[in-house]
Amino acid sequence: MIRAVEPSAGPNSSAASASAQPVAQRLIRVRVLRQDAPGQESYWERHAVPYELNMNVISILQRIAANAKSQDGRPVAPVAWDCNCLEEVCGSCTMLVNGRTRMACTALVDKLMEDNPEEIELRPMSKFPVVRDLVVDRRRLFRSLERVEAWMPIDGSYDQGAGPRISPESQEDAYPLSTCISCGCCLEACPQFTKIELVRHEDETVADFEKRRRSAFDRGFIGAHAISQAMLFNSHPTGQLIADQRLQAITAQGGIQMCGNAQNCVAVCPKSIPLTRSIARAGRAATVWAIKKLFDR
Amino acid sequence: MSEPRVLVIGGGLAGLAATMRLAELGIGVDLVSLVPVKRSHSVCAQGGINSVNAMTRQQGDSEWKHFDDTVYGGDFLQHQPPVKEMTEWAPKIVDLLDRLGVPFNRTPEGHRDQRRFGGTLYKRTAFAGATTGQQLLYALDEQVRRWEVEGKVKKWEFWDFLEPVLDSSGRCRGAVCQDMVTMAFRTFAADATIIATGGCGLVYGRSTMSMVCTGSAASRAYQAGARYGNGEFIQVHPTAIPGADKLRLMSESARGEGGRVWVPRTPHDARDPRDIAEVDRYYFLEDRYPKYGNLVPRDIATREIFDICTTDGLSVEKDRLCVYLDLTHIPRETLDRKLGGILEIYEKFQGVDPRAVPMKIFPAVHYSMGGLWVDYQKNAAGGLEEGSPRNQQTNIPALYAIGECDYQYHGANRLGANSLLSCIFSGLFCASGVVASAHGSRKLAAEESTNLFAAAMRRQESRHESLLARRVGTENPYQLHLELGNLMTRVATVVRRNEQLTAAYAEVCTLEDRWKRCALSDSGNWTNQNVVFTKALGDMFPIAKLILKGALEREECRGAHYKPALAMPGIAATDLAGQYHEAQEWCDRFEQNTKRWLKSTIASHGADGDPQIVFEDVDTSLLPPRPRLYGLIGGELIEEVWKERQKKAALNGSGSAAGTAQTAAVAGPSA
Repeated sequence: MIRAVEPSAGPNSSAASASAQPVAQRLIRVRVLRQDAPGQESYWERHAVPYELNMNVISILQRIAANAKSQDGRPVAPVAWDCNCLEEVCGSCTMLVNGRTRMACTALVDKLMEDNPEEIELRPMSKFPVVRDLVVDRRRLFRSLERVEAWMPIDGSYDQGAGPRISPESQEDAYPLSTCISCGCCLEACPQFTKIELVRHEDETVADFEKRRRSAFDRGFIGAHAISQAMLFNSHPTGQLIADQRLQAITAQGGIQMCGNAQNCVAVCPKSIPLTRSIARAGRAATVWAIKKLFDR
Repeated sequence: MSEPRVLVIGGGLAGLAATMRLAELGIGVDLVSLVPVKRSHSVCAQGGINSVNAMTRQQGDSEWKHFDDTVYGGDFLQHQPPVKEMTEWAPKIVDLLDRLGVPFNRTPEGHRDQRRFGGTLYKRTAFAGATTGQQLLYALDEQVRRWEVEGKVKKWEFWDFLEPVLDSSGRCRGAVCQDMVTMAFRTFAADATIIATGGCGLVYGRSTMSMVCTGSAASRAYQAGARYGNGEFIQVHPTAIPGADKLRLMSESARGEGGRVWVPRTPHDARDPRDIAEVDRYYFLEDRYPKYGNLVPRDIATREIFDICTTDGLSVEKDRLCVYLDLTHIPRETLDRKLGGILEIYEKFQGVDPRAVPMKIFPAVHYSMGGLWVDYQKNAAGGLEEGSPRNQQTNIPALYAIGECDYQYHGANRLGANSLLSCIFSGLFCASGVVASAHGSRKLAAEESTNLFAAAMRRQESRHESLLARRVGTENPYQLHLELGNLMTRVATVVRRNEQLTAAYAEVCTLEDRWKRCALSDSGNWTNQNVVFTKALGDMFPIAKLILKGALEREECRGAHYKPALAMPGIAATDLAGQYHEAQEWCDRFEQNTKRWLKSTIASHGADGDPQIVFEDVDTSLLPPRPRLYGLIGGELIEEVWKERQKKAALNGSGSAAGTAQTAAVAGPSA
């Protein structure tokens, strides 16, 4: 609920508000699901932030960081969150805003208020281990890119002339897939992608723990983002050279066969990447490849 | 442990390019970054990357012309050999990116499409939609991931670089870094260390830069003794979308694709821009710069937009400075195909469709031309000697700087679509020299005395602990950052005035003092973003000071550095003889100014914390400096006079134009 109070009476008034208009100031109510560290209990905390024009969720978190007090004026540790570019192109600031997985930078306060004027609710992604508050560990997402060998198998970085000629149609087909920002929204929304959170044993070395975690990642669902990247590289004349390896990867344990076709991924993708089209293509390519493999034996 | 290792700080385009090439050369790399490298600020670059190409070549373009445009655009402040080398590498670099799978836009026949950017007359810029930086970064990120799987690269993401470790001879032997999740410290022994941490936009509070662009890494190297060059040269991008949390870039490509900048002739005309007739619109860039139109170089576009709003009072809005950037005359399909990404940004953050309604934009701090001073070794052809350990090395042996955080390529002003090039070039090119340096020390860093590293680590631990202990300070670091940003934006962007710079310097000292009384709201040792930010803020003050002091001491106008009192206006006379006389005087003054001020500003961190500034000569061995006359009134006549003087100078065999002013003046007009 947006409540009008005198700026000086608000718990969040700061030295900066000295220049603010004397008119009553609206407050935005924010409820944050916090967690101090991995393995600890989570808890809700309420904040109230003075309304400003053109605010997004990032600016709310910035105001909370600058004035770390809960709604009742109690000093608290500032809420931790991930962000970088604030232009929805770096993929850092994914969180659940009013229950929906999205980038915090493009979550505009005015729009959120239209949907729910009572308050804004912020939670960390649920499919990745919480590091602290809204910060989660998304290393698994990058591991999936290794699994599908999402790169061009070039000889090296020395000059070898231009790349292959590409039709504008192929470019226009590939380009959207190449705008994937590795935010993880598609994974958060996917019923087949479940959280993997391991705890290091007391007698386990860091290297052993990393190995165990990696093998757990490799058994889990690879995710729509990685399947789409595999299709991106398999559609390129050079990328195609290791197409079979990628098809092998997406049909191995945790591969495309786990996809339940819920189509949530494509619905939440902030970049509108045609993920289900990539999955359909991958399914067809995998079938053809499996049959071919059968006959090649 | 018998193999040398290299530490790369920063995983944007420059850091990734260096890492890829180093791994390929067989060197193990530790790659430290504040964010997962795929989320680096390079993703924000929109427009494209410049190189001479088959098409422009047939229109008379060449590497030399790209070199000339870059140096002329930068107002001759760059040393020329590195720029020459870069422009010669440019076609090869774009070819490499093409092979890496970057989805460059294509012509119907399947070649790379090109567009024109500011400061040139050729279509040199290859682009991938409006997200070229993102596409280039991903291509390099993928190759580095491949090397990571091979075991050649080890990434340290969410790690903060705190200080370089120097041995008793002053050579860099690695660094102290901190894990921003566990807050644990670690020293990295490295036979060479490369800083590739980008610009320092956050010194200005809100800018177009990402939240990691605090300049803290460069500042920490500077405070450890590295010299910092041309700090006062900060590019203010002419077109950004004003926002509460940051200023979002509207790429120059919007103008490259035909976008027109205008204001209503009636101040604050309240009509819907679509209802304002052509005659009531003032296309001031097209009017004032008929040759380049909306594509004048950035510093000029910025000043004109700033001026039309402040001096001429023609801002679109009354309470907020902005002008229209209009794309509505271009077909929707064309816009979506060529500019889709950036138009979406505008739509997402402003809630208005720029295909239907002109955008409102205003200049914003965008790029640091200055940065850590780096060396180079010149070759016989006037370019650089490949494989020299001096290339890209700071004055601290074995400490390198590449990408936006070096000062080397853009002089007083950067041309659009040259930054991606300089980042990738410096990263790729430096690698062979870095390898030579890493192999060159008597003893491997990993075999150095552990005392050396332990002492540096203790220093950082105690700085950290003393910060955490400050629960009862009186100052708020975020408030101080706001004040610093407002101050710097007011006095050290588009227009600089000595009295303001002097006052601002004192204010920054006060802010720095207040910083020492900062209270932390988080004293924990787990993902403590509060302490990381407070440290970075503390390291912004030395950079702010060197920017201000450099700006204060540089008594001229050059590129992005503009002091109204020292501007050289165009020709005012209306009669031919008078005009000619003024042109001669203009050239005289230009020569004197070149002699006095065509120098790199080099700052060293003094013992008292103040920057010590010296001015050093610029290598102009390939292109003699000439007046930068974009759009100046009477510019054509000045150019004519200038050329005449050059010719005479050559005939007189003086070799330099500087001594010939008088001869030319005496000769007088032939008309």
